Amino acid sequence: MPDLLLDVKGLETQFKTPDGIIHAVNGVSFVLKEGETLGVVGESGCGKSVTMLSVLGLIPSPPGKIIAGEAFFMGQDLLKMSSEEIRHVRGAQLSMVFQDPMTSLNPVLTVGHQLEEPLMLHVGMSRNQASERAAELLGMVGIPKPKDRLKDYPHQFSGGMRQRVMIAMALSCSPQVLIADEPTTALDVTIQAQIIELVKRLRDEIGMAIVWITHDLGIVAGLAQRVAVMYGGFIIEESPVADLYTNPEHPYTIGLLGSLPRLDQKINKKLTSIEGLPPVLYQKPHFCPFAPRCKWVMERCWKENPTLETVGPEHRVACWVDTKTGRPRS
Amino acid sequence: MINYFLRRLLWLIPVMFTVSLVTFFIMRSAPGSPWDGAAENRRSLDPATQKALEKFYGLDKPVWRQFLAYTFGDFDDDKKFVCGAMCGNLGPSYRQKGLTIQQILFVPFGDNDSFWYSRFGYSLRLGLFALAIAIIIGIPVGMIAALKQNTWVDYLGLFTTTAGVSVPSFVLGLFLIIIFASMLHWINVIPKTWNELKYWILPSIVLGFNTSSFTARLTRAAMLEVMRQDYVRTARAKGLAERVVVVGHMLKNALIPVVTILGPALAGLVTGSFIVETLFSFPGMGRAYIQSIGQRDYSMIMGTTLIYALLVALANVSVDFVYVFIDPRIRLEK
Repeated sequence: MPDLLLDVKGLETQFKTPDGIIHAVNGVSFVLKEGETLGVVGESGCGKSVTMLSVLGLIPSPPGKIIAGEAFFMGQDLLKMSSEEIRHVRGAQLSMVFQDPMTSLNPVLTVGHQLEEPLMLHVGMSRNQASERAAELLGMVGIPKPKDRLKDYPHQFSGGMRQRVMIAMALSCSPQVLIADEPTTALDVTIQAQIIELVKRLRDEIGMAIVWITHDLGIVAGLAQRVAVMYGGFIIEESPVADLYTNPEHPYTIGLLGSLPRLDQKINKKLTSIEGLPPVLYQKPHFCPFAPRCKWVMERCWKENPTLETVGPEHRVACWVDTKTGRPRS
Repeated sequence: MINYFLRRLLWLIPVMFTVSLVTFFIMRSAPGSPWDGAAENRRSLDPATQKALEKFYGLDKPVWRQFLAYTFGDFDDDKKFVCGAMCGNLGPSYRQKGLTIQQILFVPFGDNDSFWYSRFGYSLRLGLFALAIAIIIGIPVGMIAALKQNTWVDYLGLFTTTAGVSVPSFVLGLFLIIIFASMLHWINVIPKTWNELKYWILPSIVLGFNTSSFTARLTRAAMLEVMRQDYVRTARAKGLAERVVVVGHMLKNALIPVVTILGPALAGLVTGSFIVETLFSFPGMGRAYIQSIGQRDYSMIMGTTLIYALLVALANVSVDFVYVFIDPRIRLEK
């Protein structure tokens, strides 16, 4: 299938800690089509970031280790590549923007230097060409007087500006895929909106595919075409964005959407939440990881972990219960 | 920024005054005098000669006056002002006839007349060699230990550097002298000349080992801190080669704390070499200092202490100065 940019199958990543092995990602599969934006949603520690870092080979090892799975990028398995081979993909065709712009830029190197690095490495530009291109990129992400600012250090930029720099850096080599790991979480709301608008504009100009990791369902609604919901190191529901919001199937997704504050709800009404805590993944769960918190829990949920089943067009869910009827799925 | 450093340099004046004050009165409260041979198992001079010498050196004056005279200056018999230590006049030696302290310390002796062959020059050279060893060994060892954290390489490095910071230099020095001079006969225990480089190796290693271990531990800690930073992940995500990530992105950050200790470290190595100089019969300032204490050579003790104090104080100012250049985030108030 040539239109599949990214095809990840059965990815499993673990971390060795003094207290035992953490099963962070437990067999995650997803695809990314050309030009598509995929939202990956879930609470902290559900394995969203680890999944994407694993694909890029950026898991710190030790303690992290990818123990199973395949990740095909344009037909080649990223997980089987040598560190030398994957280096030429990272930053060039597959690039990433991180959560905290305050700490993601090197404080002792100029912004210009950090922007020029990938250009000289992947595109083979000279320092002068790279410097010119870096200024163009800064202009493209909306930083005024880009030429003068190349000489500045990251601490001379505000948080939002730094995230713009990070985006410029990630896009510098015109990648096919941009992985954005909660790029707006550390920013305040107005800056968030600006950054999202910027990414939308650049997506339409450049035509890259995006994986947008977030725990903010609101952002996903306006940005993504498809959404994958993660819980306990599994993808538990996957659906086109409109379908997910109107027709959520998994109890966890229903809980997530139910806990969103709404403009049209009554004032003074308490926000709803999902009871309980997310699982600590010292053991690979052999039953449904959401069972301890689930309203619909049945006997089967404690015995077998459900796999993703198709329930509608492009809509798949991993649950033994049909939440519409409250009966077991046939 | 210039104002800031001028202010820092002005602060040296009270610091040096305090050092002078404390040293002078502690020194003078110690029993004995330059003409009392007790400390050296030698006959004392007869009282009439002692009286004459005391008058010549001004020791018959009240102690507070002697202190002011040494530190600031005094009027001589012709009512002419003779400037003291504040003008760099560290006084005549009580034991080496006809020489001033600055001559003893800074004028070259032997057949070479370059500054490097003075007592201070010898000590400075030894300090620089030791510092070079500290940098050349310390930084790479710390770096590799951090990159190979929790492997046998790291443990070996940690063990050696722990030994390095805890073994005193006279133990290591004697140990090496026994091995290389007494047993292997590669060098003489007391070298005939210090113009041959091979005699410098052992004292430099003994002097530098401690600083080298300290540098290695500091580098390791700084690297471990930097390795976990987000910007290192960013650098990797750009597809940079591991070598570029380590040297270009990690080391530049990790060396900030290391560079800032190097100034004080050099001052420490130059001023802290008494033991090594005594152990190796090295013709430097430290050995002269130790001798002068035994001999109660008052102006020599004062002069050397003041020079040491000035070196350490200047080294500390230089740290702040260097910071501005290696860390772009630091800007000093106007």
